[in-house]
Amino acid sequence: MSEFSLYLLQQLINGLTIGSTYALIAIGYTMVYGIIGMINFAHGEIYMIGSYVTFIVIAGLLGMGMVSLPIILIIALVVAMFIASTYGWTIERVAYRPLRGSNRLIPLISAIGMSIFLQNFVVLSQGSRDVALPPQITGGWNFGDPSVFEVSLSYMQVLIFIITFISMTLLTLFISRSRMGRACRACSEDLGMTNLLGIDTNKIIALTFIVGAALAAIAGLLLGLYYGVVNPFVGFIAGLKAFTAAVLGGIGSIPGAVLGGLILGVTEAMTSAFFPSEYKDVVSFGLLVLILLFRPSGLLGKPEVEKV
Amino acid sequence: MNSSKLYNAVFAAGISFILACLMIGVKLDTDSTVLAVKGATAEQWAWIIGGIAVVFLSQLFSTQVDALFRAIPKPDIQALLPQQQKFATLKPWLIAAIIVVMMIWPFMVSRGSVDLATLTLIYIMLGLGLNIVVGLAGLLDLGFVAFYAVGAYTYALLSQYFGMSFWACLPISAGLAATFGFLLGFPVLRLRGDYLAIVTLGFGEIIRILLNNWTSLTGGPNGISGIAKPTLFGLEFNRRAKEEGAMTFHEYFDMDYSSSYKVIFLYLIAVLLVICVIYLINRLMRMPIGRAWEALREDEIACRSLGLNRTAIKLSAFTLGASTAGFAGCFFAARQGFISPESFIFIESAIILAIVVLGGMGSQMGIIFAAIIMTILPELAREFSEYRMLLFGLLMVVMMRWRPQGLVPMKRPNLELKQQ
Repeated sequence: MSEFSLYLLQQLINGLTIGSTYALIAIGYTMVYGIIGMINFAHGEIYMIGSYVTFIVIAGLLGMGMVSLPIILIIALVVAMFIASTYGWTIERVAYRPLRGSNRLIPLISAIGMSIFLQNFVVLSQGSRDVALPPQITGGWNFGDPSVFEVSLSYMQVLIFIITFISMTLLTLFISRSRMGRACRACSEDLGMTNLLGIDTNKIIALTFIVGAALAAIAGLLLGLYYGVVNPFVGFIAGLKAFTAAVLGGIGSIPGAVLGGLILGVTEAMTSAFFPSEYKDVVSFGLLVLILLFRPSGLLGKPEVEKV
Repeated sequence: MNSSKLYNAVFAAGISFILACLMIGVKLDTDSTVLAVKGATAEQWAWIIGGIAVVFLSQLFSTQVDALFRAIPKPDIQALLPQQQKFATLKPWLIAAIIVVMMIWPFMVSRGSVDLATLTLIYIMLGLGLNIVVGLAGLLDLGFVAFYAVGAYTYALLSQYFGMSFWACLPISAGLAATFGFLLGFPVLRLRGDYLAIVTLGFGEIIRILLNNWTSLTGGPNGISGIAKPTLFGLEFNRRAKEEGAMTFHEYFDMDYSSSYKVIFLYLIAVLLVICVIYLINRLMRMPIGRAWEALREDEIACRSLGLNRTAIKLSAFTLGASTAGFAGCFFAARQGFISPESFIFIESAIILAIVVLGGMGSQMGIIFAAIIMTILPELAREFSEYRMLLFGLLMVVMMRWRPQGLVPMKRPNLELKQQ
């Protein structure tokens, strides 16, 4: 293969890596939107908190002299998911549930306030500087002729693919097979009717926040390890990207969020292959505007009918 | 007190412990290149435990706490205002008195407070502009600061490259900001409310990224400095005139040079601009277009069935809001003399939104009131400045929960059937 196509292949791999984590965050947006029709603006901050918790646990366990990397990672994952879910649940309980049923703008403004609050809460408690963690998972496979262009696929990237794939599969099974999952689907179909049929919709809504937050925490762990740096401001932009991904795929649809995340990740990687990387955000927001213009319901979304 | 109360209280306290202990109780710290975890100080733990105790007790005695809150009389700001009838005759005099006081006031106080008042006036202008979009038309715009930036950079660039004066640039800035608003609004205003919020947010980021990276034009992160100050019919407020032969303000009026003239002059321009904006918006609100904005906010489907063109109406609100931000931006650039993309971050949009929400969406009085609170309070509480944004966020959540209509809710003439 020529140097150029190998270069593109490398960008495709990088794009899919980032894209799959966007997908994990986007699911949180899409599930919440699908059920209560609001944008959980603070979702990006949950991802950031997930990253911080991961760093704290890893640094703490390494400090205590634990050496087995898989065990450290599993503990970090479990703790991060637990803490992030607690945050997600609390946010819903404190900032959104009392506002349910009011004008659409009101919960959205509350969510923006929550996002600002959480960001500054972390700034105050953890400091606003970058926190760097030395790479834990190093090495990888290299393909191609070193004299032309070497495509590398690091173990970290493979780990991201595997964990994303496992979480997606578990989520799909949960949504399609379990009792709670069926209730979730019923809620997104018709909240009022579900309530009448004797399902505790408050519980189901809380559950969506918990599941979304747990997935965001997984993304936080993966991206935290991948980049090796975290600061309190990563949540804002990641949340925005993930929301773009959710809209791209059709908000409310879980496969759509995954597709949107992957497309967005690849688009960004391809953009930064040809333009200065600062412009990749410009391209992804441009993409969002174009999608909303020509296909407002997204790639896999159902067109929304406004009822009086 | 029953057992479910106790259960609730223990549960809430447990949740607060989980939330607090990992983020506040433990701090990441780089310890000679190795990332280490440090425990919190005893004082911080005391705070955490104190906070948890508050949560626990407030849950345990929630009925009593609620009763206590209900016992506090709600401040009825409307009642403080004079009666509607009397107010109508008094109003012109009151407005004249306020304007006179605002004109005389800066000559009696310190330079610092005049400067602060100018900043407040900028925020009032921005708040009024966003009020058209969010409060009246009900479109959530999270990238309002982008138009502010367009206005500021228009003046800065025109003044730097073409030496144009502030007064000539003021309408150009507003016009260009309005054009940007139009171009952005045209495609996206057909979308539903929450999509619009995200698209405008993205637009705000795009503008900031462009300003940051287009170094050859905007100077990138270094910004533009040495922006010319406004002049009074060509009279400068510097010690010496920039151009040969030109006169400065103090030479022309044969006074001693004082730097506070410049500050007061800027303040007076700001007062003038704010009065213009308030007047214009007040007229617009009474025109069919203003009525249409509010009608569209209340019920879009009803409006469409009555034959109102919703895209045109939304677009007019969006464009007018943007042009107000352009005005404010142009003035901001002139006042600072230096601008950089740092001044136009998302937080700035959030602050303006907070002003609108706090004041009461749609209510001009409320917004002026809120802008004054939001700019003066941080100055008064400087030792708490690091908590400023935290409290901002909290305030937005709390306001939405307890008083979504704002401090001074918008009042419109209405008739109510009294229930027997």
